[in-house]
Amino acid sequence: MIMDPAFLFDRLQFAFTISFHYLFPQLTMGLALLLVVLKGIAIWKKNEQYNRAAKFWAKIFAINFFIGVVTGIPMEFQFGTNWARFSTFAGGVIGQTLAMEGVFAFFLESSFLGLFLFGEKRLGQTKHFISGLLVFLGAWVSGYFIVATNAWMQSPVAYTMADDGSVHLSSFWGLLLNPWLGWQYLHTMTASVVTAAFVMAAVGSYYLLAGRSIEYGKLFVRVGLIAGAIAMIVFVLPSGDKQGKNVAEKQPVTLAAMEGLFKTKQGAELVLIGQPDMEKLTIDNPIHIPYLLSFLTYYRWEAEVKGLDAFPREDWPDNIPLLYYSYHIMVGLGTIFLAVLVAGLLLFRKGRLYVVRPYLWVLMLSFPFPYIANTAGWMTAELGRQPWLVYGLMRTAHGTSPMVSAGNSLFTLLGFLGMYFIIGVLFLLLVIRRINQGPEAEAH
Amino acid sequence: METLWFWAVAYMLVMYVVLDGYDLGTGIIHLYAGRTDIERRTMLKTIGPVWDGNEVWLIAAGGTLFFAFPTLYASSFSGFYLPLIIVLWLLMLRGLGIELRHQIDHPMWKTFWDSSFTLGSLLLAVFFGAALGNVVRGVPLQKDGFFFEPLWTTFTVVPESGILDWFTVLMGLVSLSTLTAHGANWVAMKTEGEIQARARHAARRAWMGVLLTSVAAGIAVSVIRPGIWDNFFSLPLGFLFPLLGLLGIVGMIYFNIQGKDFLAFLSSSAFIVGMLAATAFGVYPTLLPASTDPAYSLTIYNSAAKPYALGVGLIWWIIGILLALAYVTYLHIAFKGKVTKPVGEDGY
Repeated sequence: MIMDPAFLFDRLQFAFTISFHYLFPQLTMGLALLLVVLKGIAIWKKNEQYNRAAKFWAKIFAINFFIGVVTGIPMEFQFGTNWARFSTFAGGVIGQTLAMEGVFAFFLESSFLGLFLFGEKRLGQTKHFISGLLVFLGAWVSGYFIVATNAWMQSPVAYTMADDGSVHLSSFWGLLLNPWLGWQYLHTMTASVVTAAFVMAAVGSYYLLAGRSIEYGKLFVRVGLIAGAIAMIVFVLPSGDKQGKNVAEKQPVTLAAMEGLFKTKQGAELVLIGQPDMEKLTIDNPIHIPYLLSFLTYYRWEAEVKGLDAFPREDWPDNIPLLYYSYHIMVGLGTIFLAVLVAGLLLFRKGRLYVVRPYLWVLMLSFPFPYIANTAGWMTAELGRQPWLVYGLMRTAHGTSPMVSAGNSLFTLLGFLGMYFIIGVLFLLLVIRRINQGPEAEAH
Repeated sequence: METLWFWAVAYMLVMYVVLDGYDLGTGIIHLYAGRTDIERRTMLKTIGPVWDGNEVWLIAAGGTLFFAFPTLYASSFSGFYLPLIIVLWLLMLRGLGIELRHQIDHPMWKTFWDSSFTLGSLLLAVFFGAALGNVVRGVPLQKDGFFFEPLWTTFTVVPESGILDWFTVLMGLVSLSTLTAHGANWVAMKTEGEIQARARHAARRAWMGVLLTSVAAGIAVSVIRPGIWDNFFSLPLGFLFPLLGLLGIVGMIYFNIQGKDFLAFLSSSAFIVGMLAATAFGVYPTLLPASTDPAYSLTIYNSAAKPYALGVGLIWWIIGILLALAYVTYLHIAFKGKVTKPVGEDGY
C-alpha cells in the first residue's frame, strides 16, 4: 500500500514532534517527584546537602522543563493544523481533556516553577517546598489529561454520535474514569519516575567513578536506586501486566501483532527474539517459550490466543514489524532495568554499592535506555492503535486536514527537523555543562 | 451558552495579549533599552518568573477553543497552516532566547540569544496583529468548512488574498506599536535609571505609532468590513469598549509625558482590552467570515460543541480560571516592585 504523501508527512511530523517532545516531560514528571523528596528530606532532617542536591537537580529540571514547554506548544496546535478532520470529528470529546490540561495543569506548573526556581530567599523553606510540590502536582495533572485523551482514542467511551458523524461527550466522569485510563496513567507516570531515577543514579555514578563530588555521587546513586526500584517493582510491573490485559480485551488484533502471533493457537508461545516476516507471515529465527503467552494473557496454559489470521487484513496495524520491535524493546529493557536495580539493592545491603566500579559503570551507561524504553512503549501504544486514529471509529487516513498540501506539510516537517536538531544539541551542551559544574556550584 | 463561550475564549485571548504582550514588548525594546549585559539581565529579570505563565494563556485559549468550537479550531488551524506553524517556531525562538541566555557566560552567546529574543518578539507581535486582521477581513471558506490561505498573494484585499495583504499588514503594525508601547511601559515601571529613561523614550515613540496606525486601521476596518459597527448600533452599550480604548490611549500619552509609569502601563492595558473587546463585540456572532459566500461563514452556532459538553465545561472552566487568576495575582505580588540589579546566580 502506497501512502498518500501528505498523509505520510502529517504522520511523520506528529510522530517526530511528539517523540522529541516526550524526551523532556518523561524526565521532568519523574524528577518533579524526586525533587519533592529531596527538598522534603532537606527540611525534615535539616540537611544542607539534600537542599543543595535539590537545587542542583532543579537546574537540570528547569532546562528540561523549558525545552518541554517550547516543544510542547506545537502538540496542542497540531491537532488542528494537520489533523483537522479528526479535530472536527472528535473535538466534542477530547477538546474537553485538552482544554482542562491547559486550564488546570499549565497555569499551576508555570506559575510555581518561577517561584520554585527564583523564590527560595523570598519565600522561606516551607513555601519553597510547597512551590515544588505544586510544580509536581501540575506535571502529574498534565500527564493525567494527556493520558486521558490518549486512552479515549485507544478505547472510546462516554460519547454519542451526531447526525453529521461527529462524536460528542455524553458523560464527563465516564471520560475521566475511562477503564483504560487508570493503568495506562500509572504505567506512564511510574515509567517516568524510572527514567528520572536512572538519570539521577547515572550522574551519581559518574561522580563516583570520576572521583569528584563524592558525597553527592553517593546521595544520587542511593536516592536514584531506591526510587527506581520502588517505581519499577511496585508499579511498572503490575501496571504493565494490567495494561496488557486491556489490550488483549479491547484490541486483540494489536496484541497478536505486538507478540508476533500470526496464527490463532491454543497454548500460544511467547516470542522473545525473532524477526517478523510479512511475506511469509511468520517469525524468522524465533526464540520462544512455549505456552507462556497464553498463561500471561489469560492465566491458563492452554488458553486460546487469537492470532492475526483471526482478523481481516485491513484491520491489522499497518506497521507490524515496527510495532513488534517497539513492544519487545520496551519489555526487554524493562527486564534489564529490573536486574540492574535488584543488583544495586543487593550491593547496597552489603554496603558495597559505592565501591564496585563495574556496577557503577553499568549504572552510568544505562541512562539512555529508560528513554528508549519509554519511547518504545508509546510507539507500541500508538502503532498498535493503527490503522485507527480513534479505535474502531475513525481511521487515521480519514483524520488529516483536507486543504493542507503535501508540499506545505513537508516544509514544516523539515523546519521542525532542523529546529529540533539545534535544540537537541543545545540541550546536551547545557546539561553536560551543568553536570560538569557539579552540585558544589550551588553553594551560594 | 455559545455566547458565554465566545466571551470565555475572547477573555482568555485578551488576557494573553495583555500579559504576554508586555513580555513581547520587553523583547522588542530589549536591544534598545538594555545596552550592557547587566542592563539586559535586569530587563529579563522583570519578566523572568512570569513570562511562561503568561504564555500559558495562549495555550489554554487554544485548548478552550478546541473544546468549545471544535469546527472553528479545525478549520482555522489548518487554514492558517503556515503562519501558525511559523508562530510556533517564533514562540520557541523567543522562549529559548529568554531561557538560554544566562546559561553560558560568553558575550557572543548572549548577543545571539538577545537578538533571538528581540527578533522573535517583534515578528510575533506583527503576526498576531495580522492574524486578527484575517479574522476581521474573512477567509476563502469552502462549503465543507475548510480553507487554505498562502502567506501572501498580491497583497491586495481580494477573495483569494493571502495571510498578508495591506490590511492585515496594517493590523500587524498596530499590534507591533501597541505591544512596544505596552512593553516599554512595563519596563519603565519595573526598572530605574537609564533603562527606565530609554523605556520611556521608546514608549513615546511607540504611542505615536499607535496613534497613527490605529486611526488608519479604524478607517480600514470600516471599509473592509462595514458590518462591524452594526452590533454597536443595535446595542449602544458596546460603545463602552472603544471608549475604554480611547481612554487608554489618552492615558498612555498623558502618563508617559508625566512619567507615571504604573498608570501608563494600566492605560496601555486598557487600550488593549478596549480595542480587542470592541473587535470581539463587532464580529459577534461570526467567528470566521467567509470571503467566498457569506453562508459558509463559521459562527458560534455552527461550530460549537454540543450543549452537554459546553454545560459541564462551564463548571470546571470557571474553577480553573479562578485558580489561574489566583496564581497570576500571587505571582505578580510575590515579584512586585522594581527589580534589583541581578547578582551572581540570581536567575538571569
